[in-house]
Amino acid sequence: MSHTLYSLIGLAAGICFILALKGLSTPKTARRGNMIGAIGATIATLVVFLYVSPNQDGTSHSLPLHNLGWILGAIAVGMAVGVPAARKVQMTQMPQLVALFNGVGGGAAALVAIVEYLHLGSSATTAEVIATVFTVVVGCVSFSGSIITFLKLQELMTTRPVIFPGGRFVIAGTLAAVLGTSVWVVSALGTQPLMILAGLSLLFGVLFVLPVGGADVPIVISLLNAFTGLTVAASGYVLDSTLLIIAGTLVGASGTILTRLMAEAMGRSLFGTLFGAFTAKPQEASSGEENRPVRSGSPDDVAILLNYARRVVIVPGFGLAVAQAQHTVRELADLLLSKGIDVAYGIHPVAGRMPGHMNVLLAEANVPYEQLLEMDEVNPTFGQTDVAIVIGANDVVNPAAQTSPGCPIYGMPILEVSNAANIIFLKRSMRPGFAGIENELLFDPKTMLLFGDAKASLTKVVSALKAL
Amino acid sequence: MEPIAIISIFVLAVFVGFEVVSKVSSTLHTPLMSGANAIHGVILVGAIIVADHSQTNLELGLAVAAIVLATINMVGGFVVTDRMLEMFKGKKK
Repeated sequence: MSHTLYSLIGLAAGICFILALKGLSTPKTARRGNMIGAIGATIATLVVFLYVSPNQDGTSHSLPLHNLGWILGAIAVGMAVGVPAARKVQMTQMPQLVALFNGVGGGAAALVAIVEYLHLGSSATTAEVIATVFTVVVGCVSFSGSIITFLKLQELMTTRPVIFPGGRFVIAGTLAAVLGTSVWVVSALGTQPLMILAGLSLLFGVLFVLPVGGADVPIVISLLNAFTGLTVAASGYVLDSTLLIIAGTLVGASGTILTRLMAEAMGRSLFGTLFGAFTAKPQEASSGEENRPVRSGSPDDVAILLNYARRVVIVPGFGLAVAQAQHTVRELADLLLSKGIDVAYGIHPVAGRMPGHMNVLLAEANVPYEQLLEMDEVNPTFGQTDVAIVIGANDVVNPAAQTSPGCPIYGMPILEVSNAANIIFLKRSMRPGFAGIENELLFDPKTMLLFGDAKASLTKVVSALKAL
Repeated sequence: MEPIAIISIFVLAVFVGFEVVSKVSSTLHTPLMSGANAIHGVILVGAIIVADHSQTNLELGLAVAAIVLATINMVGGFVVTDRMLEMFKGKKK
């Protein structure tokens, strides 16, 4: 295959990626957009096998590619791991899987850069070495950072910000070491400095993500995603592949915008998210809070309250996802509607573990789109709402975001359920939410708590309501 | 490739990237992130190229690892995005 044809097919794949991102921005075309992206990626992968890219000295060999067996075997292994993971994952664990996929992509980019560096040896130009150093540093940060976000979301480690004494100096020191080693690699050229650089970058990725608070983790995933995109673009420069430059840059740019949009939805500056942990004071331990009285009710109490309401707003959160209660909640909503009660869902943009998480979940239960109200639409209506049912949500309704400066979620817009006449919390326990902050609303006199798994509780409420 | 050509491609791609996602509702943030994530799995192309260039066992070993990781990123990414979007079907009238 000629180089021109190869490049043209690469360009076509690049256009597929642009159309994919465009399609993914609108609900109607999103699925088709993703499909176009997959087609572009498939074309790009197939065509590599039909063209031998020349070596540094301009020589090239004839087809097939060297090490073809290894290449095909590795692809088979990758598919055997990736496809079942993506197919079997629960909707609740989607965010951490995306984080993991992003991490391995960053790791792959770093490895590609290292191999090409070993291969080029002293024939590499300074610009190529700089691009390599960039890819290794950012790819490694993205890899180890994503692993930490995975561990946080999977709750294999604490979801709270991890702040240790002198942490900011350790981070600053590591960053300085990374930069220093980068200069060393560029000037001295050698395998050993590059390996040290990779190690330091991995360490920096860990330190960089550790202090990020639970609720901000999605923003960090999005940022690391944009980072990985840029490393792919830099690899494209070293490997002389226009396609990699286009695809990587597209992801880098769109990922940056997306990160900003997410941060805006949470009412935070990107800077504050990433460096907030440096400045925030450690939270005071909430001693004695657990002993304060709360009002807990039975499913019958909840059913009676609902039966005499005129307007009910359902506020879903991560607990709904965990309990897989989306179908039961729809059943409850339909029952209330049949009794002539006005029902709406109040969707916080970051309810759950990722922006849009609740929309995905409720869409699965075929909840009519017009019942889903975004935060700005639903907030003014809480004054006329008789009952707000908060199902497994906590941080997104926590008044502390408005009243206590210094708490990790301060400044995040919340659903103002406290304006409703009655509040019902369906909770598993008194445990605080993902961000680890006590919720004053639980102790409010107009709040009733219904403990238990969200699905089991809702089922009981539904049958109690039917019996009335 | 000429440096100026590379810079042109890079700058234009930045603008296209900004433009295509500038107006997107928060509903689609997660699938969009996941889709973009799958797209950078195209580093698989780079991994295959370096595997072809590899001459030592060390190079080949690292390249094979890169191919495995990149394939997971790309294939897994598209499949998981499709699963998310599957649930949106028929929702918008």
